[in-house]
Amino acid sequence: MSAFVALDGVSHAYGGAGGALAVDALSIAVQTGEFAAVVGPSGCGKSTLMKLATGLQFPLKGTVRVAGEAVNKPLKIAGMAFQAPTLLPWRTTLENLLLPLEIVQPHRSELSRRRKEYVARAENLLASVGLRDQGDKYPWELSGGMQQRTSLCRALIHEPQLLMLDEPFAALDAFTREELWCVIRDLHAVRKITVILVTHDLREAVFLADRVFVMSSRPGRILAEKRIEFPRPRDIEVTFTPEFQDIVHELRAHIVKARQ
Amino acid sequence: MNRTAIIVRLSPWLFTIGLLILWEAAVHALHIPTFFLPPPTAVAYAFVEFAGPLARNSWITLETTMIGFALAVGFGLLLGLLVGWSRTIYAGLYPLMIGFNAIPKVAVVPILVLWFGIGFVPAVFTAFLISFFPIVVNVATGLATIEPELEDVLKALGASKLDIMRKVGIPRTLPYFFGSLKIAITLAFVGSVISESVASNYGIGNLMLQAQAQFQVPLIFAGLVALAIEGIAMYAAMAILERRMTGWAQRSGFAQS
Repeated sequence: MSAFVALDGVSHAYGGAGGALAVDALSIAVQTGEFAAVVGPSGCGKSTLMKLATGLQFPLKGTVRVAGEAVNKPLKIAGMAFQAPTLLPWRTTLENLLLPLEIVQPHRSELSRRRKEYVARAENLLASVGLRDQGDKYPWELSGGMQQRTSLCRALIHEPQLLMLDEPFAALDAFTREELWCVIRDLHAVRKITVILVTHDLREAVFLADRVFVMSSRPGRILAEKRIEFPRPRDIEVTFTPEFQDIVHELRAHIVKARQ
Repeated sequence: MNRTAIIVRLSPWLFTIGLLILWEAAVHALHIPTFFLPPPTAVAYAFVEFAGPLARNSWITLETTMIGFALAVGFGLLLGLLVGWSRTIYAGLYPLMIGFNAIPKVAVVPILVLWFGIGFVPAVFTAFLISFFPIVVNVATGLATIEPELEDVLKALGASKLDIMRKVGIPRTLPYFFGSLKIAITLAFVGSVISESVASNYGIGNLMLQAQAQFQVPLIFAGLVALAIEGIAMYAAMAILERRMTGWAQRSGFAQS
């Protein structure tokens, strides 16, 4: 089976070829439906990886292929969520969810005709992350965790094949974070969507991912790759087992080395 | 309503009345002649005596200000969007605008008179010229502070620059825009009065100039009071408009605490 997302020998620098390299000779391949997590020291080019894989930036060297095609323009089959929920405060939660549909084709031209259907889709999505009947509220009436759930829904509303998450839970408290791990776990299980999660949190990476990639410090490349064999569906209890701790420990050792 | 709330409600009136009493008492106690500083009672008397000319000229000043202000809103909004749209336009226009804004507008009035003659038109232009700058700066700021992550989300979906502007840029710039209107309307008012005092036969500015020539000092002060009342009314109108249009941006309890 060929990879759904494949970066091959990719180097990239901001500010043209003369700039400092953000990633160098980076290769990574993520299979269809796989949940991949990328961990690394801060400033290692994880966000650059996100931008390259979604066609917001193009590499100076190497190739980026998604769904079998070279990426040469922004990737509409990807949904994205970040550490900040970036919801629009003048729109209700439901209207925030509909924003991507107002932009991405073919939904954009069909929005007025199929509005009822889209609203129903958004409401279902909200219900699936535990936000039933919250659509009429404004984002600032929601808690941080609820805002982040909304942000996830916004990333999924146009039914992307690839979900890119850039430290989406970093700003949440520990309990809310674990709740949202389970939300993402279930979304991944139901939708069979390919997920790339960039994170600092090793427990998060090991709990959610099929494979964890460790990046080096700048310029970033992949130092190590670890397959996580815990059977799915995983319960949060698995994070307290010795096997789990061992994997976290092993990954941590890689990062410590990368930071030096 | 508790005691503190009542006092807060009444405090604008209490402070104003307190100032007037202080003023009246000082004038009498220090034997200040009326032609130097008239007491509030004399000003009030002049206000009633000249109610007709004051009202007529206030109306003219208000008209002048509103037309200049409307021009400033249209032009400022357009220029602000343009400056916020493109880095090149921003870089090109910014020094020009700073330089233009630094010119005291009273220095421009003679040129306007040269072009348009004495009267209504130079006053409108002065009001416009003095008040468009804060609108431009605020609109451009609103556009410049779009979160880059949100921009990425939308760009990845295939959003054009115009899409991002329409869906995110313009709505998020509205609180800045309406905030700037409060500043702009007061400036526009200053502009029209300046021009009226220098080069017009109408308006409160001109009325005060004539009162000065005739040494009617209480009338000069009555003119000042008329200006203050108009200024407060216009500011209040803009503040109400701001709250109406961008309630979502005014949730902070900061100012209330």
